[in-house]
Amino acid sequence: MPKDIISTQIQAIEDVNNIFQIPPSTARILLQFFGWDKERLVERYYDGDQDRLFEEAHIINPHKLPRQDSNTEHKEMTCEICYVDYPRKDMTGLPCNHRFCRHCWVSYLQSKIMDEGTGEKITCPAHQCPIVADEVTISHLLQGHPEIQARYEFFVAKAFVQGNKLVKWCPAPGCENAVRVNTVEARPVKCKCGHAWCFGCQQPTHEPVHCPTLKAWLKKCADDSETANWISANTKECPRCKTTIEKNGGCNHITCRSLNCKYEFCWSCLGAWEPHGASWYNCSRFDEKDSMQARDQHSRSRVSLERYLHYYNRYHNHEQSQKFEQQLFAKVDKKMEEFQQRGMSWIEVQFLKKAVEVLCLCRQTLKYTYVFGFYLRKNNQAVIFEDNQKDLEMAVETLSQYLEQDMDSATGSASSSSSSSSSSSSSSSSSAATTAQATSNPTVLADIKQRVLDKSQYCESRRKVLLDHVQDGYEQGVWEFDAAGN
Amino acid sequence: MRVPFAAGLTADQFVAAFKYVETQRLVAEPVPGISAEPDEQNARYFGIKIDGPHESPFEGGVFRLELFLPEDYPMAPPKVRFLTKIYHPNIDRLGRICLDILKDKWSPALQIRTVLLSVQALLSAPNPDDPLANDVAEQWKTNEPAAIATARQWTRQYATGK
Repeated sequence: MPKDIISTQIQAIEDVNNIFQIPPSTARILLQFFGWDKERLVERYYDGDQDRLFEEAHIINPHKLPRQDSNTEHKEMTCEICYVDYPRKDMTGLPCNHRFCRHCWVSYLQSKIMDEGTGEKITCPAHQCPIVADEVTISHLLQGHPEIQARYEFFVAKAFVQGNKLVKWCPAPGCENAVRVNTVEARPVKCKCGHAWCFGCQQPTHEPVHCPTLKAWLKKCADDSETANWISANTKECPRCKTTIEKNGGCNHITCRSLNCKYEFCWSCLGAWEPHGASWYNCSRFDEKDSMQARDQHSRSRVSLERYLHYYNRYHNHEQSQKFEQQLFAKVDKKMEEFQQRGMSWIEVQFLKKAVEVLCLCRQTLKYTYVFGFYLRKNNQAVIFEDNQKDLEMAVETLSQYLEQDMDSATGSASSSSSSSSSSSSSSSSSAATTAQATSNPTVLADIKQRVLDKSQYCESRRKVLLDHVQDGYEQGVWEFDAAGN
Repeated sequence: MRVPFAAGLTADQFVAAFKYVETQRLVAEPVPGISAEPDEQNARYFGIKIDGPHESPFEGGVFRLELFLPEDYPMAPPKVRFLTKIYHPNIDRLGRICLDILKDKWSPALQIRTVLLSVQALLSAPNPDDPLANDVAEQWKTNEPAAIATARQWTRQYATGK
């Protein structure tokens, strides 16, 4: 469990303690009850019925604790769970004053934590007692049981992150960090592990598109609404019984094979076959009203499918490229070594890594511009957006080519590692040839470095221009969206 | 009882000692209308008899139940089941009982006697709004006199004389 989660909790508890002067364990339960929202807690605390607040949070008001009578501390009392007598001082109890022996407490905690899997809101073992056990008491009881203690601490941290709107777990697989923000809003954050994601929806950073739109898009891609679209674009329905029919021969005279239907109709105009008479391969009744309607419907779904596929293909393509470019990091590490052997200093070769980072970032943005574009209604600003998108796309492809191919030829190892550079963009063979000829020439390396630097800076600036333009559009309300993406 | 105990008892010895104390209590302070007999072969198993409470449709009947203490008792609730057939909205055909303290409201500070007292109280106050036997509960809500008559009839038929 990361240390900063704990220190954040301790900080919040201390802040509350400074205001209220209550024990830290009570402060923790109160904070947990209010989802670690300090302001709301302070407001409730001073605004109205404190007794009710404590009752709702299932704790005893620490200012009203019954005074302990020290005379009775040495008297024996019976543990109500195991009926064994112990001196009162050896029994443990919460402020509700139900006391039980240590053994029973530990068994109780073990059964709650290990068997039932609860960490927060473990109540007093007494029947119908709602008082919640505080962390200090539990940790104290669990001394000597590290396994239970560890699991308990895990639950406490989990409850903290889940209960706190300002903290979320990093969604990267295997990452145990949580990220904290100062205000709740959907914005890109970056975890210490390097994964960049959106605090709002925990998807990877998805500028320029907003969370709800992305959600709709992902759902559209995942469900089979597009299968239905394909069916609708490539098949026709029998005008009478609505059975789906795929045409498998040339003749337009279709007889529905559905058992009870056997309707005969014209594939071309979707009207009944009878008026067609003997014109087997041609349809002269194209303009009849009902057949026109049937065709309109058909062509609309075809257009909408094509539109979707246009955006989906580009989206998917960038996603694929993104995956390949993740592998570039490893490759670039090697390149950087090679460059250093050829006389460049360590600091001079760092540009390569930076360029790959820029490439990945731009690729990701580019991918999501297609989601944005899919739902965007055409207007003047949308045309500018598309120009920006085109510009960024061209720049990104060029940069990708520099990094994947030209770099190989520059260091003369194109053949050995060509398998991994199967990029979608076509290589410019002429520049590859010239650089290959002069591999050992340091000026060629300098030239490549200059080109990569220029291009990655250009990509970065184009990305910024695009995102700023979209952001301005959001602020001025110029974007109109179509929920169905038509 | 999987936690080692400082008193030097093994877990089994502890359970035995513990149960002795609780059973002693049960015997020493008998509850009117309730009896519990430990099974000769299995010390975790008890045969229970509960008299139908006064002024309830179950008056005059003696209901047999079984009670079993699972291994993690008292951290887990005992398992209790009616053996005698009974017409009650919170008890189903198999004799299973819908009672909060036998489920999520269980507390290790409860005892066998308190559990049995709660079962007896359930007989006095059927709760058709939280039913286990849906048909019985439906009857109880729509036609209470008929439901009570059926309960009396079942009590006479299954819970007397045996």
